[in-house]
Formats: sequence, C-alpha cells, structure tokens
Amino acid sequence: MAYPYAHDSEVRVLSTHFGEPEARTLAGWQNRGGYEALRKALGMAPDEVVEVVKSSGLRGRGGAGFPTGVKWSFMPKDDSRQPHYLLINADESEPGAFKDRELLRWTPHQVIEGALIGAHAIRAKHVYIYMRGEFFEPAQIVGRAIEEVYAAGIAGPDMMGSGVGIDITLHLGAGAYICGEETALMNSLEGRRGQPRIKPPFPAVVGAFGKPTTINNVETVAAVPHIVKHGGDWYRQWGTEKSPGTKLFNMSGHLVRRGNYELPLGFSLKELIYDVCGGIRDGRSLKAVIPGGSSVPILAADEIDIAMDYESVAAAGTMLGTASVIVMDDRTNMVKQVRRMVDFYAHESCGQCTPCREGTAWLARILRRIENGYGRMEDLDQLLELGANMTGTTICVLSDSAAAPVASSIAKFKDEYLALIRRGESAAVAV
Amino acid sequence: MANEQQDTVNITLNGVEAAVPKNLRIIEAAEQLGVGIAHYCYHPGLSAPAMCRMCLVEVEGAPKLAPACVTPVAEGQVIHTESERARQAREGTLEFYLLNHPLDCPICDKSGECKLQDYTHAEGRKHGRSIEPKRVNGQDDFGGDILYDGDRCIMCTRCVRFMRELPQDDRLCVVQRGHRSVIDTFYDHGVEGNIWAGNIVDICPVGALLSKDFLHKARVWDLDGNASICPNCSQGCNIRIDSRDNLAVRLRPRSNADVNSYWMCDYGRHRYEWLNVADRVEAPLVRGENGQLQATSWQKAILALLEQVRAAQAGGAEVTVIGSPFYGNEDNGMLARLATMLGGGSMTFRVEQADEEVVMPGFPRLARRRDLAANVRGLEVMGFSRADGAPASAGGIVIALGDVLDGAPEDFAVSADLFIAITPKMTATVRGADFVLPAATFAEAEGTFTNHEGRVQRFWPALQPPPLARPAWQVLGVIMAGMEEGGTAPATAGDAFLRLGDWHTEFSGLSYDVIGSRGALINDTVQLPAGAGRGS
Repeated sequence: MAYPYAHDSEVRVLSTHFGEPEARTLAGWQNRGGYEALRKALGMAPDEVVEVVKSSGLRGRGGAGFPTGVKWSFMPKDDSRQPHYLLINADESEPGAFKDRELLRWTPHQVIEGALIGAHAIRAKHVYIYMRGEFFEPAQIVGRAIEEVYAAGIAGPDMMGSGVGIDITLHLGAGAYICGEETALMNSLEGRRGQPRIKPPFPAVVGAFGKPTTINNVETVAAVPHIVKHGGDWYRQWGTEKSPGTKLFNMSGHLVRRGNYELPLGFSLKELIYDVCGGIRDGRSLKAVIPGGSSVPILAADEIDIAMDYESVAAAGTMLGTASVIVMDDRTNMVKQVRRMVDFYAHESCGQCTPCREGTAWLARILRRIENGYGRMEDLDQLLELGANMTGTTICVLSDSAAAPVASSIAKFKDEYLALIRRGESAAVAV
Repeated sequence: MANEQQDTVNITLNGVEAAVPKNLRIIEAAEQLGVGIAHYCYHPGLSAPAMCRMCLVEVEGAPKLAPACVTPVAEGQVIHTESERARQAREGTLEFYLLNHPLDCPICDKSGECKLQDYTHAEGRKHGRSIEPKRVNGQDDFGGDILYDGDRCIMCTRCVRFMRELPQDDRLCVVQRGHRSVIDTFYDHGVEGNIWAGNIVDICPVGALLSKDFLHKARVWDLDGNASICPNCSQGCNIRIDSRDNLAVRLRPRSNADVNSYWMCDYGRHRYEWLNVADRVEAPLVRGENGQLQATSWQKAILALLEQVRAAQAGGAEVTVIGSPFYGNEDNGMLARLATMLGGGSMTFRVEQADEEVVMPGFPRLARRRDLAANVRGLEVMGFSRADGAPASAGGIVIALGDVLDGAPEDFAVSADLFIAITPKMTATVRGADFVLPAATFAEAEGTFTNHEGRVQRFWPALQPPPLARPAWQVLGVIMAGMEEGGTAPATAGDAFLRLGDWHTEFSGLSYDVIGSRGALINDTVQLPAGAGRGS
C-alpha cells in the first residue's frame, strides 16, 4: 500500500513499511527482519555499537543535527553513576512536523528496536519514550508494541538470552511544545513543570533524575537498527559527506501531494516541491517556503534552489531543522502567517525567561494590530528590535525561534507589511 | 601559598584584574569586588534559576551573554558588565518587564525600595514604546498576612522557591505558562499558618507580595530605623526596626549567616506594637512626704534614692532584684552587680514559654525558640534564676527592671521597705513604688542580647525615648557610682558592657568591637556545627 503518495526518487529505509498494518505487530515486524539488529547489537560491546553509529555519520533528526554516535560517546564509560537513561523524544510538536508520528504509528517496533540498541550502546538500563500528550493513536500502538516485546522477552531483564537487561517505558506528556526541548522534557518526565534547565550541566553529566542521560529523536533511533544491521558505510551510500543517510521530509502547505517522503539528504528543495510533491496546487505560484519547521527563517520563492542537507540549508541563511517543509502560495498573507506562528510561540512559551515570556506576546500583539490595519511605520523597527532583544538572551531557543520568522519575513516580505500599514493609514484618513 | 593559588582564580572584571575564590559564581565574585550586577530571580539564600535574565554579562569568548548568577568564575575569565551588549540586554529586558507592569508606584508599598524602579531609573528606556493594552491578572489573597498583586509580579519565583527550599512547605506555585503565568496557592488557606511566610514579602523585588499589616501604612522613604535584634524569642534574629514618626511600623530581617540567614519568623515580625509604649513614665517620680509620686529632676531623684538605699542597708534589709529578658546584658548586668553590692539576695526573671520550637527545615539553625524573650541566656549567665508565676511581694529593697511586674498583685509593694522601679511604662504595680525611674526600652538604646546559643549580639537605638528617659544601665550605673567612694558610672553602653567582663568570665575578652555586626559567642559556649539546630 502506497502511503499516502509515493515517488520514484524516494529511498525508503525507515518508511519501507508505512501503510502496512501487520508491520505494527511483533510477528509482522519480525517477518520483515525486525529485531535482528538488536540481537546483533546485544552480541557487541556497547562501544562497538557506538563506533558503528559514529561511522555512519548519522545526525540527530530532532532539528539540531548533532552526530548521534558522538552524542552517545559523551556518556560515562564507567558504571559508577548508574543508572543511565535513554530518553526518546517523541514530543513532536513543531508546527509542520509529522514524521515521528508516522514512524510511531506504522513502525513502533522499529523505534523500540532502535531505542533498545541505543540504550545498550550507552549502558542505559531504562528507556523512556516521552510522547506528546495528543498522540492518542501512536500511544496506543506503541504501548501495545511494548507489551509485545516484554512478553517475547525482547525487553526486560534478560533480553533474548543475552544477559543484558533494559526496561522500556512509555510516558505521555501533557501537550506542551516546550517539553520537546530536551531539558524541559526531563523536567516533565520527573513530574516538574516543563521548563528548560540551564546548561551546563549537560544531560550526559546530570540528566533525568540527576543521572547521565541521552535524549534522541524518534527518527534518529529508527535509523539505528538499519545502520547496525548493514554497517556505517552502507548508510553513507545516501546523502552527502557531512549529512549522510536518508531523511523523512514532511511536506505540507499549498502542495499538490502533501505527506512524508523519505529521500537522501542533499535532495534539491526545488525538485522536492515541483517534482516529488507535484508543485503548487490549484495552478498557483510559490511565494515562500519554511524549510525546517516553524522555528527557522523563511525562504522566498527565488531562494529555493538549494540542496536539503544541514550545511547547504544553513548556507542559505536558514536551517534544515526537522525537514518539515511548509510551502506557501501567492495568496498567503505573510503577516497573518507570521502572526499565527508567533501566537503559537506566545502560547507555548514556558514563561521562565522574561524576554520570551513578555516578548513573544508583545510581538504577537503588534503583528495582530498590523494585520488588523492599525499598524504604524515605527512598528517594523520595533518588531526587529524586540526580536533582537529576544535572541540569545534566554535559557532555551524558543524565544529565538519566535523572533526568527518575524525578522526574516520583514526582510523578505516588507511590502506586505507596508501595504497593510498604508491601508490602515489611508483608511484612518478617509474616516 | 601553593594552597592559596589552588583556591583562587584570576579574573578580569570590567578591566580590573583580581584573584577571587574559585567555586564562586560571577555575581558573587563581582559583589566581593564591589561591582553590583542587577538581578531579580537570584537571591543569595535561594537556588538560582537564571530566569530573570537581568544579570546577563559578557564573558569574552562565549558566544552568548552569560547569566552571572549561575556561571562560575574561571581562570583567565574576562567579564564585562558594562559593555554595550550587556547594557543593551538589560535595557531590552527592562522594557519587557515594564510591558505589563501597571506602573502604579504612587500607591505601591514597595515604591522606594523596589528593584524594578531602581533598575529602570538607572538603565531603562526613558519612555515605553508599547501601545498595546496591558495584561491584567488581578489581586489575590494568599492567606495569613500576604496579599498578591499579579499585575505587579515579574515572575522571578523567589517566593515559590523560598517556600519550597526554606520552610520546605510547598504552598505556592506558578500556574499557567508564558505571559499568562501567575503565582498561586494550592488551597484557599494559602500560606496561612506557615510561620515563615512573611519572608516572601521581604524578598519580593517588586510590590507583588504585600503585607496586610503594612499595607498603605507608610511610604518607605518616610521611614527611619536602625539595626536591631528581634526581642520576641531567644533566637536573636538580626532585624531592622523601621519606624515612622517615632512609631515602629515593621520589623524586617537583616542577614546574619550564623543566626538567621536572611530570614525571620512571623511570630517575631508581627510583635512590634509593644515597642511603641503607651503610658510612658515621662520623668523621675519620687514618693513625697504627702505619700504621692512627684516628678522631680534626675539629680534630686538619685540623691534621694541613695539616701534611702543607705538607710535600708543600715537596717539590714534583704535585697530582691527582678531582671528583664527584654533588656540588654548591660542593663541586667548592672542590676545584678547592684544586688551584689547591696549584699546579695534574690535575683529572678520571668519569661513566657511557647509550647514548642518551630524550626526552619531549610536552615535548621533558625527556629522560633520556646523562650519568648531575647535575653534569657544573658540573664542566666549573670546569675538570675527563672521564676514561674506572678512576682510575689517581698520585703527589704526591691528593684525591678522594665515592665516585669505585669500580673503582679497590686499590693506587691506593700511589704517592701524600698521599692525602686526602673521602667518605661506606668502600671498599677509601679504606682506603688517609692521611686519610678523612666527607662528607655531596648529599641531606644544601645546594648547587647545573648541568644539561646550564647551569641552576644549588638542592637542600636531605632526609636527616640522621651526626653527624660535614660537607658537602664546608665541609671543603675549612676546609683552604683554614688554608693562607693570614687565610683564612676559607665559613660557609654560599650563601657557598661566592658564592665560585665570583670564580673562574669563568660563576657571577659568581649567588647563591642569584638562582637561587631555578626555577634560573638560567650566564653562557655561550645560552637555548634553549621546547620545544627539546638533541640527540636
């Protein structure tokens, strides 16, 4: 079953079994080669597993793109500060992102297998899957899959007769965007308010419950079984030197064929939009693209001739992020679009740091005023100045994320702001 | 020397190189070097969440500004607190703070001692740029003495962290998130019943937490006051007595790491009205030939008193002195000495006792002690013994200090040959005295208290006594000087204190200089280990 659209350019590693309901069951997953990689990994020393993942060049898929093997190697090698924890960040809440949800819905065992391998690699005795509170269906599916692996002796005290014991627990959040930030996630998991912690100390030193902890994204650990099974060089056949492998691209917005497409990193954004997704719907033309989820700067229509890998997107002044591409056609009101995103950040700000708590709400109010025709010329400079005061002055980057689309939209779509402000001014004169 | 090098690091702060102890955070190191760094959420007695973002400083080599309250000093660190970036960040953050702040300083109790006011005046923008409507959170009654004004709140969470970390009684929390955050209580009774809750008003950097007792009572710039010691139990918390028009209006803690950290209890905090003594004895009163008390000068009163003391002494009168745990070591020490000079006799004092100690779990050295007066230990050291019940009438010479005769029978004085009351306050019992000498209260004089663990601590006059009232040590000193050939009275409280060392070895070697502002232990005292509570 094609899910929901397929394209010949796709390289399906993680998404091979999307749309196959029987792949959700343990038997179905094992028929598809599941848990062979885990058996192989359990026969290896933890450091060997880390080396394989290092050699693959796999980079974190949660947005920052930090090399996974390197991250694992930060964990203490001795067992003096046990237990270690592996947290799987399944709090996918970035507007535009819907890759983890599909991985969890269709291939729960792929995620669990990757998580157990990761836990073995960092000598963790417990894996927590921290799942977004609104993910009812994925939570049911993953919960059932966890029961299955315990019943089959794949997780638990003596996994597959290897003598290694790792527990796995599903934890549902309460629906806060900020809990996808790794330190806020740890706070939430511990039963505290979901507020980011100050770093340092970093999680590999003082993490969940005060113990050494690694946090990995769902898509990251989903790739791990394949890498362990086939080796690092096999994974490097796709993608670029610095951004190897495949990646799920979550395509949304005014496209003909929206959805998840698994493609090698470095794939052309232009081709992705016009070929893979069939172009802009209703015969409209492209106005703007957000390439990596709502937190990253916007690209104008003439800036999309770039390769979708971490370095190339960064060189274009934005970020690959979660590769959640939001495409906007020529009818889009950019001011309204940005205001809605800023509203989201104002709603989701945890409220700890003053620049974020007050700044996000202030930006939203100014933008709404402009949108409603009550804008003033000085508002634009003020928006940029507020954004600057919100950038780099807070514990986490939510504040920066709220300011980024404002700044980039003013830089690239100033005319739309000016039109709204002038319309408001002329209306005022007419009255 | 090598050891010393290991314990310090060299930093450059605003161009000045200095060696500071390692393990310090930048904000603490800067304070030691005399550089203040603006802050709201940081408080030296609490954990630091680094969330107010006021203390951001530029550390060379770091990509972002660093919060000084959590960033440790490091060897070779170059810090700028006044660079353009740091200053711009503070100005920007201050603008965010004022965005929804009601700016109702004219009716705010905190006005004048408000950090938002101070920093905004120092470094904020001259004019606000926001034209958006302000967010309104409204007010809330937090129970007990505490009111919460959510509009003024800047969400520094000092109050939440205080309740969690010091009383270890989670009564407050942040509810909601983002710009909708407010501080709230879990139940309707709020902080009611927690004896430490009053501290959250002190540590609130703005006027969000208010004392109902102090509400609209005074503008803080109209307040006078001085450093003192809380008289209301034997813990001896370091406090400041704030007064307006010579009436005490509030007590607030002063920091002393050995005694009360930055805190005091509400039991002590709310018992300040008695410092504003009504029914003052305004002048020395002497019982005249007509049997009535008559006002006279100090000189005449003392001369008459000496004459009568000598006569009574010649008659072999027994001596009874009653000390007061609300008076200093100097006052009670002089009284004890006078008793000795008169041949010795009964020396007692009375103190009200609470049923139990109330220890602060997060700082167990601090507790509301059972003895509900400041100088119980001092009196015991000087040979006074604790007595129960109302003072019984006694014969011979009776000298009472302070209003210790409350509850005594009205005919208390009848059997006494000579009854001398040195007291600020006229009561029915005092009316029966032969001499009523107007004394200053501890709050009107300089002196020392000895707290439960034997720490001698200084207090300073915070209120003005009536013109003719004198410190009790001075009155007693003059009487004693008049009783011996060539006797001299102590000229100052410090002189009076030095004399205690001659009479009681516990005080020898101590002086006001030695005691300083943090207090000193008397000589028989074993130093308590840090953090140890005495009894529970």
